[in-house]
Amino acid sequence: MGAREGYKGFAMCLAIPGKVIGIAEENGLRMGRVDFGGVVKRVCLDYVPDVEVGDYTIVHVGFALSKIDEDEALRTLEIFRQMGVLEEELADGDEAFARAASAPSSPCPDGSCVPK
Amino acid sequence: MPEIAKPETPDVGATDLSKGAPDFSSWSCPLPLVGYPTIVMGHGGGGKLGNELVEHLFLPAFRNAALESLGDAAVLNLPSGRLAMSTDSFVVQPLFFPGGSIGELAVNGTVNDLAVSGAAPKFLSASFILEEGFPLAQLAAMVEAMAAAAATAGVQIVTGDTKVVERGHGDGCYINTAGIGVLREGIQVGPNRAKPGDAILVSGMIGDHGMAIMSVREGLEFESQIRSDCAALNGMIGEVLDAAGLAVHAMRDPTRGGLASTLNEIAQASGVGITIDEARLPVRTEVQSACELLGLDPVYVANEGKAVFFVAAEAAEQVLAVLKAHPLGRDAAVIGHVTAEHKGMLVARTAMGANRVIAQQIGEQLPRIC
Amino acid sequence: MKYLAEFRNGEIAQRMAREIHAIATRPWKIMEVCGGQTHSIIKNGIDQMLPAGIEMIHGPGCPVCVTPLELIDKALAIAAQPGVIFCSFGDMLRVPGTDADLFQIKGAGGDVRVVYSPLDAVEIAAKNPDKQVVFFGVGFETTAPANAMSVHVAKRRGLKNFSLLVSHVLVPPAIAAILESPGNKVQAFLLAGHVCSVMGYWEYPPIAAKYEIPLVVTGFEPLDLLDGIRRAVIQLEAGRHEVENAYERIVTFAGNLPAQRLLAEVFEVTDRAWRGIGVIPKSGWRLSEAYREFDAEERFHITGIHTEESPLCRAGDVLRGAIKPAECAAFGKECTPRHPLGATMVSSEGACAAYFNYGRFLSAEELATAGSGLTHA
Repeated sequence: MGAREGYKGFAMCLAIPGKVIGIAEENGLRMGRVDFGGVVKRVCLDYVPDVEVGDYTIVHVGFALSKIDEDEALRTLEIFRQMGVLEEELADGDEAFARAASAPSSPCPDGSCVPK
Repeated sequence: MPEIAKPETPDVGATDLSKGAPDFSSWSCPLPLVGYPTIVMGHGGGGKLGNELVEHLFLPAFRNAALESLGDAAVLNLPSGRLAMSTDSFVVQPLFFPGGSIGELAVNGTVNDLAVSGAAPKFLSASFILEEGFPLAQLAAMVEAMAAAAATAGVQIVTGDTKVVERGHGDGCYINTAGIGVLREGIQVGPNRAKPGDAILVSGMIGDHGMAIMSVREGLEFESQIRSDCAALNGMIGEVLDAAGLAVHAMRDPTRGGLASTLNEIAQASGVGITIDEARLPVRTEVQSACELLGLDPVYVANEGKAVFFVAAEAAEQVLAVLKAHPLGRDAAVIGHVTAEHKGMLVARTAMGANRVIAQQIGEQLPRIC
Repeated sequence: MKYLAEFRNGEIAQRMAREIHAIATRPWKIMEVCGGQTHSIIKNGIDQMLPAGIEMIHGPGCPVCVTPLELIDKALAIAAQPGVIFCSFGDMLRVPGTDADLFQIKGAGGDVRVVYSPLDAVEIAAKNPDKQVVFFGVGFETTAPANAMSVHVAKRRGLKNFSLLVSHVLVPPAIAAILESPGNKVQAFLLAGHVCSVMGYWEYPPIAAKYEIPLVVTGFEPLDLLDGIRRAVIQLEAGRHEVENAYERIVTFAGNLPAQRLLAEVFEVTDRAWRGIGVIPKSGWRLSEAYREFDAEERFHITGIHTEESPLCRAGDVLRGAIKPAECAAFGKECTPRHPLGATMVSSEGACAAYFNYGRFLSAEELATAGSGLTHA
């Protein structure tokens, strides 16, 4: 009894963020209960020994692959929020380019890498 | 209203398996059956064992005059007017899931098909195909849930049948229900009646039922508070029709294939295009999360207690108010409108502000959902 | 969901897109490698938001799509055997082999089961000692740690009835192969963010230097994709060719060291055939000597496979980015998700599936003007 049917739509490169709400050892593996927006699944935490209860982690096919750097996430969002806010003041593309090139996330913060 | 004779009324949508087997002391079943309360081949044979099931299980649960006459057919008094008839078979797996069981699905599914056709549901038949070895306790729990669902919907289960197949030849239990309803005067609804300019409303959160099933589906289980939305919609639909009458052009309950399939079907049947705004679709957070987890899209996930309405634009506000005032429609929303462009196609405006076509689902995304 | 929903903010996305419009002065061709990124781009209409000159070329980032047909046919042959429980991810079920797919094998009585994690397959093996349990391990570096752990656990628990059918492919060699191919038009790459969460991005500076091409580690949500594209365009406009990390909240330069350690123990690099592309040297992983006993191909010795590709299918051209799915004559006609001619139409990461499922039948112009008059409350 019981259906073991398949279904469509499971994306494989998809890793989603979740919050670790409990950790226990099971069969020699460090397993966590991870909360994905109200849905909880058991996840193997063996690859992220630094992840503790309360941390966020990215999970793919039942395995945590990386701890989410929450400070970095918030910093990135803040940068995104700032984008285009000054757009109305721009004269043309060059200014936008220069401003973007000097944005903190650029590896060329002093804007010296201008077009040759 | 028929009097349902049973000790307590279970909360419809919370089938209680802990009640255990029915009290067999008054049955005259042969000793082995009382000792091992499961379905045997004889229960489908139309003989003494089969009659035991009717007398001690179905009749007390569904009690009504038409059923009790135990004829080969139920004799019914129907008001004059046009009738609507519908049938559906239910093969959901697992049989019991958060928020309900195959029993309530079987009753509410047919009730809803009649209701969205503009009919007041009145009478149902219920046929069971049981697998040899199926626990009687589960059958009893299912039947009680059906009785409660029928009472809530205001319908009577007036005739039925039971067959049994050998172990290994049926997944526990399949149920078929057929229903008769009386069409309301003063309305004209049909999937081919949607018109450009019509507003499209959905009565509440989408995707609950399908994801409730997935949460207990072997191999994919997850913990959540998601429960099936299985419910009889005839009361709510009746209020909408009372208020808006001829302004309601089409109605449907988006079961298998979800909202996307229903909207595609109506777009094609009516020869119109449909545009919806993804930001306006009501989706429960946990359902959205579960869909992310499993790589599914809520617009394709089945519902068992929701209705979609196509109404003339000027009646949209009124219909929305009626829905929101009803317990089953609190999360109702206007989600889009009908257009004369891109005929036969469903187009959605995404949160990004871009447009995407939501295609008709190919095949079964989630099999054995209802 | 936290750390997901915020990166889907439509208003910010529109502003980021305008930034890109303001920055780009020339046409550029950028390839996103990962199929998950392709789906996100098409589903969210990111490509529609870009300036007309910026073209997203969809790469071969669909491990199912590049798995050789012969291996798919072997998988089907194994699944059809009595005494075998064949486990895979859900989207493998309808990938067509020469004659059938897993769904049909299941319908004919084969024990085929969908699992969420490879560890579930190990549990099934532990619970069914009298059956042979095979897991179809298809994927990029993102999925490899999960598969490595499953084999490692099976070995530790002494399970004799578990095996892995391996089809692992690696991103850096694929990128090099695309850059080497004659007629290559790709000028920058968005690197697969989740692959890099495992492997880091230390493998890429030599590639950026050798081919003088910008490489940006990019995530999957709309804002992440727009940021990756924005950074690639900035580099292209400036004539720079560096490796940048636009997914810093998840990806570090070194990557996940515990995962890389187990990967090095369980797998070894090998040449691999990429369906539709050909053999790319040192572009795949197979089980190492110490774990070879768990290899399903060796355990089952399937012979007599006769493969036949559909003459109409142009999946190879799609995978190399030479054509868009809608440019294939069979798209939407002989080839649909219900009757797929190739894996790209049915895999959840296939570009053809993305185009079909998100309705890229309408022309870009028709799609842009659809839904006009949509009122907001």
